[in-house]
Amino acid sequence: MHRKTFASPPSKVALFVTCMVDMMYPQVGIATVELLERQGVEVVFPEGQTCCGQPAFNAGYHEEAVQMATHFLDVFCPLLEKGDIEAVVVPSGSCGAMTRHFYLSLLQDAGIRSYPARAEALAAVTFELTEFLVDVLKVQDLPCGYPGKVTYHACCHLLRELRVDRQPRQLLRQSGVNLVEMEGSAECCGFGGLFSVKNEPISTAMGKAKLQYVAGSGADVVAMCDVSCMTHVQGLMHRQQSRQRAMHIAELLNLRSGEVHDTRPTPSAPSSGAPPVGFSRRWQDIKVEDDHAR
Amino acid sequence: MPVDVGADFKTRVKQAVTDPHLAETVTRATISLTLKKDQRYAELQGQRLRDETRQMKTYVLRHLPQLLEQFEQNVQMNGGQVHWAQDADEANRIICNLATQKDVRKVVKAKSMATEEIHLNQHLEAIGVECVETDLGEYIIQLAREMPSHIVAPVLHKSVDDISQLFAEKLDMPRTLDPQALCAKARSVLRREFLNADMGISGCNFAIADTGTVCIVTNEGNGRLVSTLPPIYVAVMGIEKLVPTVQDAFLQYQALARSATGQKVTVYLSMTNGPKQPEDVDGPREFHVVLLDNGRAQMLAEGYGEALMCIRCGACLNACPVYKQISGHGYGHTYSGPIGAVISPLLARDMAESKELPYASTLCGACRDACPVQIDLPGLLLALRQDLVERKAMPRLEKAGLRQYADIMQKTGSYVRMGGMARAGSRTLSRMSGGTIRMLPPPLHHWTKTRDMPPFARRSFRQQWAHRNRTGEWEKT
Repeated sequence: MHRKTFASPPSKVALFVTCMVDMMYPQVGIATVELLERQGVEVVFPEGQTCCGQPAFNAGYHEEAVQMATHFLDVFCPLLEKGDIEAVVVPSGSCGAMTRHFYLSLLQDAGIRSYPARAEALAAVTFELTEFLVDVLKVQDLPCGYPGKVTYHACCHLLRELRVDRQPRQLLRQSGVNLVEMEGSAECCGFGGLFSVKNEPISTAMGKAKLQYVAGSGADVVAMCDVSCMTHVQGLMHRQQSRQRAMHIAELLNLRSGEVHDTRPTPSAPSSGAPPVGFSRRWQDIKVEDDHAR
Repeated sequence: MPVDVGADFKTRVKQAVTDPHLAETVTRATISLTLKKDQRYAELQGQRLRDETRQMKTYVLRHLPQLLEQFEQNVQMNGGQVHWAQDADEANRIICNLATQKDVRKVVKAKSMATEEIHLNQHLEAIGVECVETDLGEYIIQLAREMPSHIVAPVLHKSVDDISQLFAEKLDMPRTLDPQALCAKARSVLRREFLNADMGISGCNFAIADTGTVCIVTNEGNGRLVSTLPPIYVAVMGIEKLVPTVQDAFLQYQALARSATGQKVTVYLSMTNGPKQPEDVDGPREFHVVLLDNGRAQMLAEGYGEALMCIRCGACLNACPVYKQISGHGYGHTYSGPIGAVISPLLARDMAESKELPYASTLCGACRDACPVQIDLPGLLLALRQDLVERKAMPRLEKAGLRQYADIMQKTGSYVRMGGMARAGSRTLSRMSGGTIRMLPPPLHHWTKTRDMPPFARRSFRQQWAHRNRTGEWEKT
């Protein structure tokens, strides 16, 4: 697979935010934008973007996946072709793998003219966030103010499709957080997209095994590069009132010391099993009632 | 309670994941096998071995018809007989006929996945021939009347205690947790069987086209006894087990021993060229090879040929996080784990019969990284899923759902509208349970059985981005 190398770091990139971040975790998108802007990179957000089509593709529904893939390319490719952007950055290993690896064969099989070539051109400049920060921008340090212990879960598509592993670990190490290694860090958390619903008992059993590894590491946060796996791990942790929690790496790295505050529940608080330290943007801290007051 | 392999997929999975010890036993064993394999690959140029093995297997698939004919000629020249079996029925018929003609009463068997695949024992027993499995693991499985749960280690799902209990029941042996004592007991029983057998049957780990040689690898020496003591020796091999030359055989041997059990070489490598010659000290009077197709040629024709590069080392099972949870029996077929999820539907007459298997994977890719031949197992699973969808084997509702999803996602406007509706719905649901969703409507209720779900954000990223574009700063949240 052809990868573009840049003579000088790209100054303008398009954010492929992913539908899950857009709709469920805007704070991860905001953190991604801020991390990039802090490095002097201008970020544009192509507003036409929706879902990359991975759920349909992984389930075997190629016709439907092609529909979404062509829409995606129609949104992003003109920007690249006109020279408006130099790269695409995505805060997800699995959506990145979909557009970078699987689009080409999907569109070749579908036999739609011009799209395979466009997919290839876009793939050459598409980067997962940590990969872009480390390999392209050569970021040396992103000091992070998180005071607790962090462990890293390597999401499968990032690790075994995009082969990105050194980059997020390097960023975490250089950020100054207390990084501890966990056993089984490269073992799947059991999410697997529709697998989590179709094969719930297996998915849950795998997730519980992952939770044990996290607990065994002594970390209070497990950081990862995909909000999908994060939703699975965090969803299990939250149901089990676990002391640990899952976080997207962008949000963690974007925390500066002033932003960290202790939200340990007071003894009278009903949720006694809540994690020891929290951040206002975490979903389990969102008070829905407050929204209405606004 | 053991997993009932005859039950449907859902039941098998439920039995496996609710077993209090199964996942722990399987996880411990597979992690240890994986570690040993990694050590054995690290001490040489592991990637080179993987590349060369793959190159060789690619050559074999491209020249399969010629190699098979070359192999047949050489076996015949050595005085052996070759039988071509198109499917399981034909293979069973050939072997049962042979047993009847030669008045065979007792068969000793070395470990063979091919004979498991065709359920040979049942067929032989139906005509009154007693079959005795002589591989220790297979012997235990036979005593327990179970199916192997692993390609290489058939009793991987059992603890020493389980086996001790079984031996106490079936062999009237006092309870002991000493593996050596259990092993010695099996050995004393089996030794008598070897001496009384009329026919030996084994599988084949690889066969050399250039010389007409069948090779079996064991650590117990039972393969040697099966192939030399009884007067008739029958080897059953899948047609993909061929290698071109002796050199290639040692390449595959190297990959197999290191991947399967983390050994540099196995304790025994038994090679049979043909029946006993006048100058030989031992060997069978008759040597037969059954070449088993049973769907393999069709796999090659339908674009699934890569699955035929498999050398049956079990490394993908050991690496698989799904296998750790449901064990081999959860898959319900002779071949389990990632390779089983690929070939079981393809070996069946109708792939829709086991359509759950290609979906019983998160596509995490650990299997592909573990495979000594670098078979793209996730890619094959994806291809099978596509095939199942195109054959309309999947539920109509699923198709309708994904169709609608794609239609929504194809237009930005409908995506944003749908997002707004989902936000309203999910926030209503979350409000009922203190800010997070604890119950979702079907089919998503499977998610909330064990996992909470956050509601959609009050303001999407794109809304916040638009606000920032207008005002120059993010919304205050």
